[in-house]
Amino acid sequence: MAGIYIHIPFCRQACHYCDFHFSTSMKHKEEMIEALMTEIALRKDEMNGEIVETIYFGGGTPSRLSPQELEQIIGEVYKHHAVAEAIELTIEVNPDDLIEGDPDKLLQEYKAIGVNRLSIGIQSFREEDLKLMNRAHNAGEALKCLETATKYFDNISVDLIYGIPGLSDEAWKQNIETALSFGIPHISSYALTVEPKTALEHFIKKGVIDDPSDDQAARQFDILVEALGKHGFVHYELSNFGNPGYFSINNSAYWQGKKYLGIGPSAHSYDGTTRSWNIASNPKYIKSLQQGELPLERETLTMKDRYNEYLMTGLRTIWGVSIDRIRSEFGPAFSDHLLEQSQAHIREGYLKLEEDEGETLLKTTAKGKFLADGLASDLFLLNLQES
Amino acid sequence: MKHIRNFCIIAHIDHGKSTLADRLLDFTGSVTEREKQDQLLDNMDLERERGITIKSHAIQMEYHYKGEDYILNLIDTPGHVDFSYEVSRSIAACEGALLIVDAAQSIQAQTISNLYLALENDLEIIPVLNKVDLPSANPEEVTDDIVDLLGCDPEDVIPASAKTGIGIEEILEAIIERIPAPKGNPDEPLQALIFDSVYNPFRGVETYFRVINGEIKKGQKIKFLATGKSYDADEVGTLKLKQQPKQVIKTGDVGYLITGIKDAREVKVGDTITDAANPTANMIEGFENVKPMVFAGIYPVDTEDYEELRSAMEKLQLNDASLVFAPESSAALGFGFRCGFLGMLHLEIIQERLEREFDMTVITTVPNVSYHAYTKKEPDTKIIVNNPSDLPEPSKLDRVEEPYIKASIITKADFVGPVMSLCIEKRGVITNQSYLTPERVELSFDLPLAEIVFDFYDRLKTVSKGYASFDYSPLGMRESKLVKVDVLINAQSVDALSALIHTDNAYNIGKKMCEKLRELIPRQQFDIPIQAAIGAKIISRETIKALRKDVTAKCYGGDISRKRKLLEKQKKGKKRMRQVGNVEIPQQAFMAVLKLND
Repeated sequence: MAGIYIHIPFCRQACHYCDFHFSTSMKHKEEMIEALMTEIALRKDEMNGEIVETIYFGGGTPSRLSPQELEQIIGEVYKHHAVAEAIELTIEVNPDDLIEGDPDKLLQEYKAIGVNRLSIGIQSFREEDLKLMNRAHNAGEALKCLETATKYFDNISVDLIYGIPGLSDEAWKQNIETALSFGIPHISSYALTVEPKTALEHFIKKGVIDDPSDDQAARQFDILVEALGKHGFVHYELSNFGNPGYFSINNSAYWQGKKYLGIGPSAHSYDGTTRSWNIASNPKYIKSLQQGELPLERETLTMKDRYNEYLMTGLRTIWGVSIDRIRSEFGPAFSDHLLEQSQAHIREGYLKLEEDEGETLLKTTAKGKFLADGLASDLFLLNLQES
Repeated sequence: MKHIRNFCIIAHIDHGKSTLADRLLDFTGSVTEREKQDQLLDNMDLERERGITIKSHAIQMEYHYKGEDYILNLIDTPGHVDFSYEVSRSIAACEGALLIVDAAQSIQAQTISNLYLALENDLEIIPVLNKVDLPSANPEEVTDDIVDLLGCDPEDVIPASAKTGIGIEEILEAIIERIPAPKGNPDEPLQALIFDSVYNPFRGVETYFRVINGEIKKGQKIKFLATGKSYDADEVGTLKLKQQPKQVIKTGDVGYLITGIKDAREVKVGDTITDAANPTANMIEGFENVKPMVFAGIYPVDTEDYEELRSAMEKLQLNDASLVFAPESSAALGFGFRCGFLGMLHLEIIQERLEREFDMTVITTVPNVSYHAYTKKEPDTKIIVNNPSDLPEPSKLDRVEEPYIKASIITKADFVGPVMSLCIEKRGVITNQSYLTPERVELSFDLPLAEIVFDFYDRLKTVSKGYASFDYSPLGMRESKLVKVDVLINAQSVDALSALIHTDNAYNIGKKMCEKLRELIPRQQFDIPIQAAIGAKIISRETIKALRKDVTAKCYGGDISRKRKLLEKQKKGKKRMRQVGNVEIPQQAFMAVLKLND
């Protein structure tokens, strides 16, 4: 199994909280599409002939490209790879792009080019939240977008943000209910995070916007978990909730240490031992690929790095960290060390051990989930002698 | 002998002592172009970084003057009050001193106290007005200050700039013309003063000495009078930028000695070297065993590193004889050492050297001075308390005595008020106030040493906007009303944070300690109460609220590497913390009481 991520580095406008790589200028769109296709061709052998099971257009905002442009890129993937019949083909879309022209036509075109999953950047149904975050759409557009999308697509994920200054717990519940009223099977929900060098950070420093509070985020996280649980959603990753059968296959690969190929500026790839990342600059990316060169840096992960990453991602998920997998992949010294190190947190109720079909799994408890990073770092190895 | 001049430099920190020394070496051709490096005499990295001299050093220059060749021995002195005994021994090895005064800042307290030391030792003083090239220089007024202080002629003051080289030739001329040649009797038995020692990991301890009478020869059987130990003088020589082995070091000269001693404690500054077979009858006056002034516990962050810490401390002691330590144990921290230091700077240096040279991360407990306690049962038997935990129960305690010092503070007249307030807050009693000039005042206080150990220096600098200098000398023990203030973290008493505090200040300091600890201890997964207590009575409480969120929302393909590195960094930070009960306490929290007013 292998997944391909394709980064579309264009946005209509900059959201105040976003630190992903994008440009609001579409001037070099043609060259960018060329470059993306060149990269797909140049890296065709990196998958070692594995079958591609997911394609994910992320960004940026992939809906800044037309279905025809997306189709060209998808065609390039099919040209160089064996692609599974039951592929998961996701595209991230923003409401403003979707309803700009003829939404029905656009959605049908997406279907026609093979897209079978939409991830919609709703973020909030409240005008004041959308303004505060500088989203390109308004509340009415958010509703209209979901009404139309659900006519054509069954597998839809909606992004919602909580912990926004000014978002009351009641209003947050209302946002969740609104999303659920469309009968969608997947929600990704994130605490508003102040990333360095973003507009949001700037406004907070200047006192224009209040600093999001951890207490509010923790409270609203609990509200989210409870509300979605009631509706039969499975909380399969810290920020991801899905009905059975609707988990994101592409994203789950990241948390399970599977291989992925990332195409486009700033995209990351992982082949099981080496991680590489493309340069986060549109002009430099295009220029390099025009010269037939991959603009990437790479690092080879040590055993310690892989172990730490598995703990960090595993503790966020419903699958937890498999003690048996640690034993077989890293050795008994690692699994013994992990069991010993996790004792205190198990005693205090932040972590738990579970048996599942003969496998021992270390997981965060409900109490520990929102502390998962700190728990993971407590269990980290800093050098191999420790184990 | 008549062509030898031995001199030291007396200066306040930043008044340009090291730069001037460098300039003298330069001018006399004692360093080649290639050997030049700023602050030549400061060997330790730490000294260069902090811009201060920790150890004494010595260097020999040759200078051709009026057709004759002279040997000039410069004995550099440590520039910090923690090392005042070493300063006194360096001064005792000289016949003259350059008194360097910054033309912009005038005379400072430490300069004065060292100057008095020099005058007591009958040294010829050559006043040098340094940094005359600075726009802020005020040469006329500062010259007047110097004339007032020394009672010298204004013409005797040499204007100089170590930076540009102004006055260097005049200084060298004054050293030869004004400082007397050493007096001593070459025919008497050997009598040499040890003024410093340096540890060399390959050659053992190098002893620096000044020959008073007689001479010392390579291969001679010698004896140190204070320790009573005898050695072979395997190598003697003079101290150029590199050591130059010689067959003999004659009367009045300065040199180094190597005997293969591996332990710095055998070489005591101030001790007398003599001939083993034909010893001198007179030990050189002024020898003292160095006494530690400040005590603190040093513990490994990781309890498993105790043995490693012991070995590191033993190695440090080999080249720093003023460090003393004994094993102790703490309920909160396990096994560690109670260490004695010359002062707070010395403590910081040891902590930093443990980290740099031995890669040992340690926890230093709240520093304290040495108290004397007496119980009701035996009111005449002194109990030495170097650790607050050793203080007898309040019900059994008759009285406690604490060390007092005589402090001399020189400041501008404008700051007399704030300086006095500070000293009074620190339980000081003013004993004298005298105007050195209409602008400059010397204030004398009797102060408890413990109050100086804490944040006194920094506070003094702040209240005087940097225009105050400070020096002190011990006054002996005085009875005080002291109580032990304990700190409880998550309901568990942490003995390493206990401190003896005057009754009147206990409440206030307890409160500040709790507040400071609340700042310094990171939030954890649960609420952590922090309490200060006297006996069973809680006098203050703060709570560190539980961490509610410790996770980033997103973790996709592009986030994993960056996030792993971030969490690894956090883990490294946690490794520098000490687990007490189930609370992780960062290393610096243990020193928190020193920074209560930040």
